[in-house]
Amino acid sequence: MADICPRIKIEYQDEATIVEFTDDKILEEKDIRDLDKALSAIIGQATGINMILDFSNVKFLSSAVLGMLIRLSKRIYENEGQLALCGINPKIYEIFKITRLNKVFDIYKNIDAAIDRLAE
Amino acid sequence: MTDIHTHKVTVQSNSEALKESWQWLLKQFESMDYSDHDSFAVHLALEEAFYNAISHGHKMNIEKKVDIEFNVSPEKVDIYLTDSGPGFDPNTIPDCRLPENLYKTEGRGIFLMKAYMDLVEYNKSGNCVHMVRHRNSSKGVTAKNN
Repeated sequence: MADICPRIKIEYQDEATIVEFTDDKILEEKDIRDLDKALSAIIGQATGINMILDFSNVKFLSSAVLGMLIRLSKRIYENEGQLALCGINPKIYEIFKITRLNKVFDIYKNIDAAIDRLAE
Repeated sequence: MTDIHTHKVTVQSNSEALKESWQWLLKQFESMDYSDHDSFAVHLALEEAFYNAISHGHKMNIEKKVDIEFNVSPEKVDIYLTDSGPGFDPNTIPDCRLPENLYKTEGRGIFLMKAYMDLVEYNKSGNCVHMVRHRNSSKGVTAKNN
């Protein structure tokens, strides 16, 4: 596993790129911009990337993160890739439900469930 | 007589400027035994309101100031947040849950504030928001089958 920036860790497993958010809060506007850049660099021009974003450590986020996730998903789908989210705690999942983004994103309980789905 | 704790502060338009105020508020919540859900809800609404003030109101001009006032009692928390921007009409913000807006990258902040707070109201010019959350409010909890 390699640290690519202070806020995420990246791991490759079963043809999936797993990105773990290591901070418990994703809040500051600058942090979100940095995250956006880091994740965009991972996606790059790759075609057909299977990306899993692991939120297990995250206890708090703002709506700006939701916007970043939508931007990210558009880039991935435009390049015929897939995006899955996992490890979202109940309080944060509530934000996805309230905004109906739980219907937009593929959300799984944990990394294993996300890998199984992406492998289908 | 209800014990009301008040905190007034003026901060710069820097996203980190809210930290100290939030820590003060969190301390009040802890001393008054507010629930984790109350704390999460108010934190989210506060962050969204502050982000709106500095990004839309002040166009990220760090020199511009935001006035914040908290009034906390064992029953409820009142928050006033005022920016020096031109204001806006909150009624013009579209519903982010509509199919045509679901994939938009902005426009969820006010919706979340309303979803988690019992009251969200703006002054006439739209540069001051007043938010209230009652202790143990059910706001911010959706039905299980949603």
